[in-house]
Amino acid sequence: MIKTMWWKFLGVFLVLYSIIAGLLIDVPALPVIHQTIRNLFYHVPMWFSMFFMLGTSLVFSVRYLSGFRMKDDLIASGAANTGLFMGSLGLLTGMIWARFTWGDFWTNDPQLNGAAVSMMAYLAYVVLRGSIDESAMRARISAVYNIFAFMLLVIFLGVLPRLADSSLHPGKGGNTSTMEGLDPLMRMVFYPAAIGWILIAFWLLQLHNRRRALVQGVKLNNQ
Amino acid sequence: MKEVNELILKDFRLEIRQRYAINGILLYVFSTIFVVQLCFGRIIDEKTWIALFWIILLFAAFNAVSKSFNQESSSRRLYYFTLASPLSVIISKMVYNTLLMLILGILSLGLFSVFMGMPPLYPWLFIPAFLLGSAGLASALTMVSAIASRSGNNAALMAILGFPIVLPLLLLLVKASQTSLKEVVEAGVILRLLSAIGLIDLVIVVLAVILFPYLWRD
Repeated sequence: MIKTMWWKFLGVFLVLYSIIAGLLIDVPALPVIHQTIRNLFYHVPMWFSMFFMLGTSLVFSVRYLSGFRMKDDLIASGAANTGLFMGSLGLLTGMIWARFTWGDFWTNDPQLNGAAVSMMAYLAYVVLRGSIDESAMRARISAVYNIFAFMLLVIFLGVLPRLADSSLHPGKGGNTSTMEGLDPLMRMVFYPAAIGWILIAFWLLQLHNRRRALVQGVKLNNQ
Repeated sequence: MKEVNELILKDFRLEIRQRYAINGILLYVFSTIFVVQLCFGRIIDEKTWIALFWIILLFAAFNAVSKSFNQESSSRRLYYFTLASPLSVIISKMVYNTLLMLILGILSLGLFSVFMGMPPLYPWLFIPAFLLGSAGLASALTMVSAIASRSGNNAALMAILGFPIVLPLLLLLVKASQTSLKEVVEAGVILRLLSAIGLIDLVIVVLAVILFPYLWRD
């Protein structure tokens, strides 16, 4: 049991550690942000795990197109769904934080808009999957769209923020509190939190895939 | 190459013969611009001008490109499948739609300047951005229409799938147009914006060429 499940225990442990330690440690007193900087431990790992899920989805979509095995399609769509779930948690935690720091749930900021549009692309992926009845065709067409959606994600994270002049979002250009200046004590909580949530996301993905495999009658393992 | 030429010519002939489609799009562009004129009069604020211009062009592009894989029945598609390679099909469609898009863009630019005046745009940034952007929008929408045509309800799906895909390009185009409002734009800024637009174009075309064969076959 320990041999195959150690990463689940590790994930739970790291998340519990980050929740408890994240509320207990001393944080640097920064203007405007103050104590809400603790949201770093709960908000940013959601996005990290979303990227890992969507990356997994991309890998399995490419694998589907190179081998046409239904198993790969199942994992690709499961990973996209799990990524959407983590992404909506990221949006929610970010919006609550923004309400108390910026005074509003939503601001017109390159970072926020990029996140919203990327989520829309993956929601469109879900709609596309729903609109095709034949399963092999659905797998093939949606795999193609998935690759486009990931390209969009990369552009929104890699190209557009560099062209934007400024952003309200902490850790981005034009803001005083960047990731490089992160307090070493906070790093001790932040990195475990990120790893923990990524592991939890993979666990969610595994459960999701097992359920879907049972419903659809697809074999996940080669046993 | 000959195959691509033939296919472009075929699309062109089809357009000439079924004239209602192209006429419909031209009328669409004309009437939306006219409605904007009725609502705004002459536009003083340049940012509004730019926003309206790109929004109208985007929707015209959606209308123009969405039929590109739809107008042919599935049996005729099967016939093309036996004749042409998927590579030349997608390239010909992208080239054809880019040409269509450029015509639509130049037409709406003309109509805009007639009805609402023309803001002083810095030509060395605006014109290349306009050309690259039209090509990119047309190619991305061609690919999206290929995806949408393989699933049931086309029109709604085309908008849902296409909107997120073209949005980064559109944002960059609006940004480039707004930058070109300055009298003189530095070469570095021009290069940075154009290379970003060009990079997105390149990624779209490369992905389309790699992935289209999976959409084409049954």
